Amino acid sequence: MEKSSEGTRVIITVLGHDRIGIIAGISTILAEANANILDISQTILQGFFTMIMVVDIAASIYEVGEIRELLEKKGEQLELKITVQHEDIFNFMHRI
Amino acid sequence: MPFSISKDEILETVSMLQTENLDIRTITMGISIQDCRMSDGETTGTKIYDKICRYACKLVAVGEEITREYGIPIINKRLSVTPVAIVANGLNRDEMVMVGKYMDKAADEVGVNFIGGFSALVHKGFSSGDLALVEAIPETLGTTERVCSSINVGTTRAGINMDAVLAMGEIVKKTAARSADRDGLGCAKLVVFCNAVEDNPFMAGAFHGVGEPECTLNIGVSGPGVVLHAVKKHPDLELGELANVIKKTAFKVTRTGELVGRVASRKLGVPFGIVDLSLAPTPAIGDSVADILEAMGLENVGAHGTTACLAMLNDAVKKGGAMASSYVGGLSGAFIPVSEDQGFINAAACGAISLDKLEAMTCVCSVGLDMIAIPGDTSAAIIAAIIADEAAIGMINRKTTAVRIIPVPGKKEGDWVEFGGLLGRAPIIKVNQNSPARFVNRKGRIPAPIHSLNN
Repeated sequence: MEKSSEGTRVIITVLGHDRIGIIAGISTILAEANANILDISQTILQGFFTMIMVVDIAASIYEVGEIRELLEKKGEQLELKITVQHEDIFNFMHRI
Repeated sequence: MPFSISKDEILETVSMLQTENLDIRTITMGISIQDCRMSDGETTGTKIYDKICRYACKLVAVGEEITREYGIPIINKRLSVTPVAIVANGLNRDEMVMVGKYMDKAADEVGVNFIGGFSALVHKGFSSGDLALVEAIPETLGTTERVCSSINVGTTRAGINMDAVLAMGEIVKKTAARSADRDGLGCAKLVVFCNAVEDNPFMAGAFHGVGEPECTLNIGVSGPGVVLHAVKKHPDLELGELANVIKKTAFKVTRTGELVGRVASRKLGVPFGIVDLSLAPTPAIGDSVADILEAMGLENVGAHGTTACLAMLNDAVKKGGAMASSYVGGLSGAFIPVSEDQGFINAAACGAISLDKLEAMTCVCSVGLDMIAIPGDTSAAIIAAIIADEAAIGMINRKTTAVRIIPVPGKKEGDWVEFGGLLGRAPIIKVNQNSPARFVNRKGRIPAPIHSLNN
């Protein structure tokens, strides 16, 4: 698939109740996809576990859509809301 | 390049997309069909069909690819073409119907849900093609699924063609009759304009103007849910500051449209036309323009103060949106389609909003009396007069106005009508029964207004 010329990073957000194995579960999928985790930050926001990951998918064997599907499925297993968004959306929306 | 977006900004964007119904309402590909005129309806239709299929074959696939890649829902992919009355001038009524059938077939083939451009611009008078097309509207809208029709009956520079207004009163009635088995659904695909724009991406009034290039992409963003959320977060803010909150939100919503427009344009190899800044509601809960007005401080939309709230909302959305895109255009204003907005549906059901108040609201927003169900026995003269009033508002205020009303066959005030999907549902609302027949039957033109002494 044609990769976007603007960027090759995706932002993964995870919202839900904290539990063991969240990062392990997500990073396993990313490692299998050959996607490189650039940054992870996590906080508890209004009682909810919130994690944001910046991931480079330039060398990934999967497309964004496939990674999103895999992670959303994982999110259902772990009872978490996982979203995968292309970095361009954030750059466009918050910066000129 | 380092990723410099803060955590709060990331969560704000995710929440807009996940819970506040932020989406791209439509990617509309405009295609010039001016080179498709052949000797008769059949061959002209075939040529239009071939050209549309050639240009738009990848439109739906690219839309879906962008949704997958960027995680932004793109609700509709649509087409608009050059007004058929211009291209097919000289063909007769039956041949116009034939052209409409080919448009429908092309839309079906490329997988879009609507195609606009079964249109005529008659603000100063009818050509023979215009007359044939107008007469073909009831049958075309009654027998096709995806074709949308629009007629421009007035402009600020030309005045209002009252012959056309009267004719459209009749045509709206006939269109309702032709689709009586579906509660007059044909009328949901028919718009009567004053000051129609050439690059509108929204149905049913989209057409590809004669000043437009061979092919172009116009984007309609959505976002009432996002604006509603932002307004609700500030229940006591002073109005100037509230306008700023709306501007910032509209900016972000429009940037999403700009991104999708640029990507789609690159992937399809078609020039990016405009982003339309309109706030377009859907019947989904929380995706309502009426709810925003109520969140600004009205007990019910339709209350006194509604017009002022809408004026401020509409202006703030434009100010924020204009900063966000290289090219803005189309209709660019808040829509108030009654049956497509849960807040308006509720207000109409409890009698809080009337046709008269809706008309007043159209003085300060896009685009006109939209998706309003009225009693089936409303006379053609009254419908023509409703169109005339709305066109007068557009003409004097140098803005686009339109009428898309449905006289629902066999139903009366207080009954309900279900159009389904994005077209929604609505109660039939009251129409003033005093007769304007003598006025609309005078015919002729209302002269263009003076452009100074603006009061």
